[in-house]
Amino acid sequence: MSHEAIEKNIGLMGLLILIVVAFGGLVEITPLFFQTQTTQPVEGVEPYPALEFAGRDIYVREGCYNCHSQMIRPFRAETERYGHYSVAGEFVYDRPFQWGSKRTGPDLARVGGRYTDDWHYAHLINPRDVVPESNMPGFPWLAERTLDGETVAKRMKAQRDYLGVPYTDEQLANAAAEVDGKTEMEALIAYLQGLGRAFQHKR
Amino acid sequence: MSTFWSVFVIVLVVAHLVGYAWLLWSTSKMPEGAKIGETTGHVYDDDLEEYNNPLPRWWLIKFYLLILFGFAYLALYPGLGNFAGLLGWSQTSEYDKEVAAAEERYAPLYRELASIPIPELAKNPQAMQTGQRLFGNNCAVCHGSDARGAVGFPDLTDDDWLWGGSPEAIKTSILNGRQGVMPAWGSALGEDGVDQVAAYVYSLNGRSAPAHLTQPGAAKFAAMCASCHGADGTGNQLLGAPNLTDNVWVYGGSLNAIRQTIRDGRQGVMPAHKDLLGEDRVHIVAAYVYSLSAKKDDPSATTGVSQ
Repeated sequence: MSHEAIEKNIGLMGLLILIVVAFGGLVEITPLFFQTQTTQPVEGVEPYPALEFAGRDIYVREGCYNCHSQMIRPFRAETERYGHYSVAGEFVYDRPFQWGSKRTGPDLARVGGRYTDDWHYAHLINPRDVVPESNMPGFPWLAERTLDGETVAKRMKAQRDYLGVPYTDEQLANAAAEVDGKTEMEALIAYLQGLGRAFQHKR
Repeated sequence: MSTFWSVFVIVLVVAHLVGYAWLLWSTSKMPEGAKIGETTGHVYDDDLEEYNNPLPRWWLIKFYLLILFGFAYLALYPGLGNFAGLLGWSQTSEYDKEVAAAEERYAPLYRELASIPIPELAKNPQAMQTGQRLFGNNCAVCHGSDARGAVGFPDLTDDDWLWGGSPEAIKTSILNGRQGVMPAWGSALGEDGVDQVAAYVYSLNGRSAPAHLTQPGAAKFAAMCASCHGADGTGNQLLGAPNLTDNVWVYGGSLNAIRQTIRDGRQGVMPAHKDLLGEDRVHIVAAYVYSLSAKKDDPSATTGVSQ
């Protein structure tokens, strides 16, 4: 194949470029789809219960990931503050994952149980009521808006049917009743209080 | 990684590097018949031509060295499938080393401080600076950086304690956490009952409330509240039941706040810090918290806080 042939045939050149570029992805990404470490949950990690599942959607909707990461890196400076570093198996039911890439606020990967429900409530209504120097916006509307159980149940079913999250029939059947009429605030707090439970309180 | 994927990665990585070497070698030779100084014959945009010169030697050598570097790197560090590398480097072992080094350096310091009894430690300015840092990182989020609390989160600088202010009680609160249980009385008392008991509680610290409410309120208090808060309303630190006769109110002392507390109950939670901080550091934080209120009745105690 001569230089000239490749240079004058843009389709052929594109194909050859694709092959070259694909090496990186094939080596770095493909094997991850087939590894126990990345596809199996670590001990203690369960699919999100209905209320936490609904809270997670609110977390995504409000764009919490823009300022909060959920990924503790294996450095002492991080584990001193946040707890045990994150491992891949903790995120198998996170679709999409909420690792984030920016920390305007602190990492939330292990925030579950660190503060009380009351604290989260006060903090989400107006963060400065409990942390005067905070620059986080308040989310007071979460306390007024309520969840629609049917929608939550449908989303959970979609996660099982299309993404393979192992919800039982019973869980799906009860989901709507469990969350119906609860406020978005309750859901979000339940989600936050569940974060990082599997490794909770381990340094 | 399974053997298949390990081999998959190794073959692709090695093939990629060998491919580079081959590409370099094959393109560094001049095509047959071509001479240095001639053009390739391509003409772009009417008059742009390119010389058909060989790749510069310095550039070629650099590229070959880079490929060699790649092989050396893959031999020393993990990168080829399951092969761990000759140096045995891993992210987690680096982390473990970092933690072990810090532990070796700081643990004896903490242990030394933790061996000093809390009342004495509270007078040690250096220990109290450490305590203040620990407090700022772990406690200030709820209790405030000045430790004066907020609605629902107790003030730690006064000398009023829900669970006891002795050094041991403070340390236990931090180590194991506390779970306050004020049940909701709304359905048992009814709205009128809530009003009556609230008025009575409101009057307990000397404020005036209408007698037609406080009298039935007192009877209901004796029946339902006295078992935790005491017949005189002075509370019980074993249960975390607050003293209702002073002017310290965790959830607010207005008539409305008291009403809400009685009607809906309160579930204050102090999270346990034993596993988060470890016992030695909890000891130092406990001493810091102790020092905040101790300094008021003992002028010789100092917090060592410079601000």
